[in-house]
Amino acid sequence: MKKNILLAGVGGQGILSIAAVMDLAAIESGLQIKQAEVHGMSQRGGAVQSHLRISDATIYSDLIPEREAHLILSVEPMEALRYLPWLAEDGVIVSSIDPVRNIPDYPDMEKIAEAIRKAAPHILVNAEALALQAGSSRMANMIVLGAASPWTGLEPGALEKAVRTLFGPKGCEIVDMNIAAFRTGRGLSEKGSGLKAAATAKTTERQRV
Amino acid sequence: MRNHLLLGAEAIGAAALDAGISGVYAYPGTPSTEITEFIQRSPETVHNAVRSSWSANEKTALEAALGMSFAGKRSLCCMKHVGLNVAADAFINAAITGVNGGLVIAVADDPSMHSSQNEQDSRIYGKFAMIPVLEPATQQELYDTTVEAFALSEELRLPVLLRLTTRLSHSRCGIRRLSARKQNELQPESDPKRFVLIPSNARRQYDKLLDLQPELAARSESSHLNRLIEGAEKSGIVAFGVAFNYVMEVIQAHGLSKPVLRIGQYPLPEKMLRRFIETCETVLVAEDGYPVAEEYIRGLAGNPKVHGRLDGALPRSGELNADLIAEALGIRREKAPEVLSIVADRPPELCKGCGHRDMFEAISAVMNNQANHQVFSDIGCYTLGALPPFNAIHSCVDMGAAVTMAKGAADAGMTPAVAVIGDSTFTHSGITGLLDAVNDRNAVTVIIADNTTTAMTGGQASAATGRLQHICEGIGVEKEHIRTLVPLKKNLEHNITVLREEIAHEGVSVVIFLRECVEIAQRRLRSAKQQKRNPVKTAS
Repeated sequence: MKKNILLAGVGGQGILSIAAVMDLAAIESGLQIKQAEVHGMSQRGGAVQSHLRISDATIYSDLIPEREAHLILSVEPMEALRYLPWLAEDGVIVSSIDPVRNIPDYPDMEKIAEAIRKAAPHILVNAEALALQAGSSRMANMIVLGAASPWTGLEPGALEKAVRTLFGPKGCEIVDMNIAAFRTGRGLSEKGSGLKAAATAKTTERQRV
Repeated sequence: MRNHLLLGAEAIGAAALDAGISGVYAYPGTPSTEITEFIQRSPETVHNAVRSSWSANEKTALEAALGMSFAGKRSLCCMKHVGLNVAADAFINAAITGVNGGLVIAVADDPSMHSSQNEQDSRIYGKFAMIPVLEPATQQELYDTTVEAFALSEELRLPVLLRLTTRLSHSRCGIRRLSARKQNELQPESDPKRFVLIPSNARRQYDKLLDLQPELAARSESSHLNRLIEGAEKSGIVAFGVAFNYVMEVIQAHGLSKPVLRIGQYPLPEKMLRRFIETCETVLVAEDGYPVAEEYIRGLAGNPKVHGRLDGALPRSGELNADLIAEALGIRREKAPEVLSIVADRPPELCKGCGHRDMFEAISAVMNNQANHQVFSDIGCYTLGALPPFNAIHSCVDMGAAVTMAKGAADAGMTPAVAVIGDSTFTHSGITGLLDAVNDRNAVTVIIADNTTTAMTGGQASAATGRLQHICEGIGVEKEHIRTLVPLKKNLEHNITVLREEIAHEGVSVVIFLRECVEIAQRRLRSAKQQKRNPVKTAS
């Protein structure tokens, strides 16, 4: 088992919480992990990524080589595209469709969605709206994690247990909301409405999950 | 043994506690900050009364760590690479005095300048000071090596430099911890002459340091951090520290059989290197940072068969990775696609609602009407004022340079001469510059962006919160020219008026823009809320 996962987003969106859930689940499952993350000034509203590698054998490099990420998991659609050089030929993209427009030249959202559709098999998730239904827009990251979870190499039970461990100190209510968000996301990829093949000249998939 | 999920930096903190330190001394700086933060929040720190608050700067930190060592106890000192420049005076001389209790200096280098002004390589400082340098390749090795480093320091009676890089520091994995060792008893240095570096003693101590060098070299030759991974091919690789990981990644992925000499302890093991290079037809030198070892190896083996950063086989700057190593080994791979042109840059920015935004608005309103509109600035969140939409500052060189550069520009006749510096940076190394300006009666305006914390590194305590006005008064700034303003939208007109007055003053003036960092304010509210919900658990 070997999974290379590139986590992407904008500083403050909670990608390190997503990483922490997967880290805990992997460790508890007896797997090795290396998770390189960004600290410091670039966290403030800037593009943030984390390289997460999970394996049952020794992991050497903390960084994923180019074209070797099995999954790009992004909580912001344009940020999903920033890391395409790392995506493996058979890699998938799971991304939220909620843009963070904190720059003056944010591109047209439809063009971004189109580029993701062309790039790889994908799930585009209406994460913020679904998170609101699950209790709070702050859970958007758990919606995306849930949707991406089948490609992490980790069991949903192990991931849920990790959510409980991570958010436990914040109280039962927060834990339950995060679990609900995770399950909503997971449902999206389980109920056949999940992965859309990369658009070819013939097929253009316009429907959003 | 339980696996602890830790960052590399945290692994150092855990190791230092398990090695029985009595204190950690540090000034926050990415990528070293989390070492001290880990120690601060560890239960054993409270339980064993380990000293762990932040120091005013890296020099005061290292000197205090040396004092704890003088007293016979183990101490850890941490900083980022540029902090070692600040501490360099103490660092070089600590190698001359030597230590009593174990002293480990953990320095985190930042190849690729993820959050730094330069890439400098601390291994050069280690060589300069002639002390052992340890450079682990993995987070577990960071832990194990840190524990060993304290024993090594006590045995050799020398400080030990632990070099790590951003990648190692800010990557998380499972770490196995050892059981903790007790702290040393108080046992002050019995030969105080060692520590009195008047020339006669210093010469004696320097000779002792030189005499120790063969011993340090011998230890490198037999160190477990320096070892050979055999291979059948004739082209070999010498891999240093974290670069070893990238090399092994490529070897594994491509099924290569190249011999690899992995180096993690310095001074360089000359015999080992010589033997290795003799058996190879070509040698790639893979090291993160400067071509420190490559220059040395070229001296041993001549140029033609050695490749690395100096001949362009690897890039001269930036951190290494597996892709660069593969390319240097001539492994051709399908090129990765370029980033689509639709993807716009997303630079970091000041937080929404940050007081610095209102401060820069006032500064720009005043300075844009000046013939000399340039503003000297410093290192902190407010450095983001250099980017759009503010474009309000025009220098950022090193900690404290805003004040002293403004002073020098004033000496040159530049008016107005205006500096912007944060509260933590001011206490780190702005105070002495302000004293120079007071003594020279310079026409400078020093703006202190006081958000009551060291915000850029995540909100560590700032050394002089609440006392800046008194400090400025104490070093001689006239009381009526120390003005405190609150950077809020509604105060803009008033703030512009005051700033304009002080910039017009033909002497030293200090304008303090005081408003708590929004992140810290939120954190305070959150923890108050949590405390209310669960008073027992969060009491610590």
